[in-house]
Amino acid sequence: MSRGAIVIVGAGQAGGWAARTLREAGYGGRVVLLGAEPHAPYERPPLSKAVLAGEAAPETTGLFSADQLRELDIDFRPGVAARALRLDERVVRTADGQDLAYDKLLLCCGGRALVPRLPGVDLPGVHVLRTRDDALRLRQALGQGRRLAVVGGGWIGLEVAATARQMGCQVTVIEQAGRLCERSVMPGVSDYLADLHRAQGVALRLGAGLRGIAADGAALALALSSGPAIAGDAVVLGVGLQPNDELARAAGLACEGGVVVDEYCRASAPDVYAAGDVAVMPVAAAGRRLRLESWQNAQDQAVAAARSALGLGAPYAPTGAVWSEQYDAMIQIAGFLPRAAGEALRPLPAQRGLLSVALDAEGRAVAAVAVNAGRDFRQLRKWLAEGARPDPAVLARPDAPLATALCRPATAAA
Amino acid sequence: MDTWKPVAVVKDISPGTHTLRVMLDGEAVCLYDLEGEICATQDRCPHGNASLAEGYLEDGTIECPLHQGVFDIRSGKPQCPPVTTDLKRYGVKVEGDTILLRAEPA
Repeated sequence: MSRGAIVIVGAGQAGGWAARTLREAGYGGRVVLLGAEPHAPYERPPLSKAVLAGEAAPETTGLFSADQLRELDIDFRPGVAARALRLDERVVRTADGQDLAYDKLLLCCGGRALVPRLPGVDLPGVHVLRTRDDALRLRQALGQGRRLAVVGGGWIGLEVAATARQMGCQVTVIEQAGRLCERSVMPGVSDYLADLHRAQGVALRLGAGLRGIAADGAALALALSSGPAIAGDAVVLGVGLQPNDELARAAGLACEGGVVVDEYCRASAPDVYAAGDVAVMPVAAAGRRLRLESWQNAQDQAVAAARSALGLGAPYAPTGAVWSEQYDAMIQIAGFLPRAAGEALRPLPAQRGLLSVALDAEGRAVAAVAVNAGRDFRQLRKWLAEGARPDPAVLARPDAPLATALCRPATAAA
Repeated sequence: MDTWKPVAVVKDISPGTHTLRVMLDGEAVCLYDLEGEICATQDRCPHGNASLAEGYLEDGTIECPLHQGVFDIRSGKPQCPPVTTDLKRYGVKVEGDTILLRAEPA
């Protein structure tokens, strides 16, 4: 540690928590935090909700107050991206031409909105939502009576649809798959989400892929793989995230759709760590490597990576926690779906909510969703941690206490 | 000047959760029953859109139901990520069965 510097590339949720953790763990050396955006680290979840709706100023999403940022005593460089990594020399070259020497390097580069290679995606009026500036631009396009086409029925798309609908827009959601959020929830939850949005007046076009966008006077026309075209005043592309792993790849680090790390957040070269949206990690509970695009993982993995860099590491086991807010629905998710073989559902009519537990082939809980049921969610997370085998028949009865769903011999057939 | 205001009676606090959400001057406040000691903090988690009264109380701490941030109820201090700011606390007085609050901590 002769030079006494840790460089963090990327100043989002992960980069911010990494910097904070280094200081909280007692690291007294120099910490350089490079951020491609002109802003101090901020949380992205409000961008599709309160910030988009104009209910919260963008500055309110900051991860740190001005005082907290000062107290961290870090060399924070907003608007300065990293341009190249020279791992053998332990140097980061910045976009403004400086060479920063490091003892430890933390890659928290995140990702950018995926833009499909289709005609018309670069037309004015076609938006993505990843940054604070994206949210402010999109907000200008929304309002009473405006027609918004949302491409992608995942979390970003659905949250934008809900916010835009509440702002008075006419909203259509286009999803290539046959159901909403197919990669992250079981079918019962997809059905709940579809009902929720339809009840609010959102038009859903499931099983329809985008073929292209064309200007039609002041409006936009979306051609789809099935069914009639859609006219919109604005379009949001919410079809996924592209990890910013180019720097790492160019430097020769192992990458597989993101920077490959182990359970200590170590990349394939010494003293290089990665965390957050850019990192691909082994997830024992899923039985495979995953790249997790979530607020929770960005925070937790960055904390783990920073501690690892200081020699205080412990194996990081993500929980798969995700949450979403749409209209009056608070949706909380935990666990991983790859091993899911079935789903147990409990409708919660009194709170317009739902519990969904994904079960593996042996009947063990592997993932769970709770809508408008924060207390129940705590119980479900416990089941996931324990590999509990709840009885779907008991789960299905809203009047039966959740705990009674486990009252059967562990040896009983699933 | 007496700024104490009655907001609830002790038995209103749920025996299941040991919490109760009440309003004081338009602000949501969460009451806690810590084995007979009544405490009060802001109800809305400073990190996000969640009611601490729906959270999980254990050993004098409250866990937010949304992101599992934990606060020490008596001091209002954050205990683990993602919460980093203190909870606003309220002064609590119990007269008979009635719980009275004032904006300043006792």
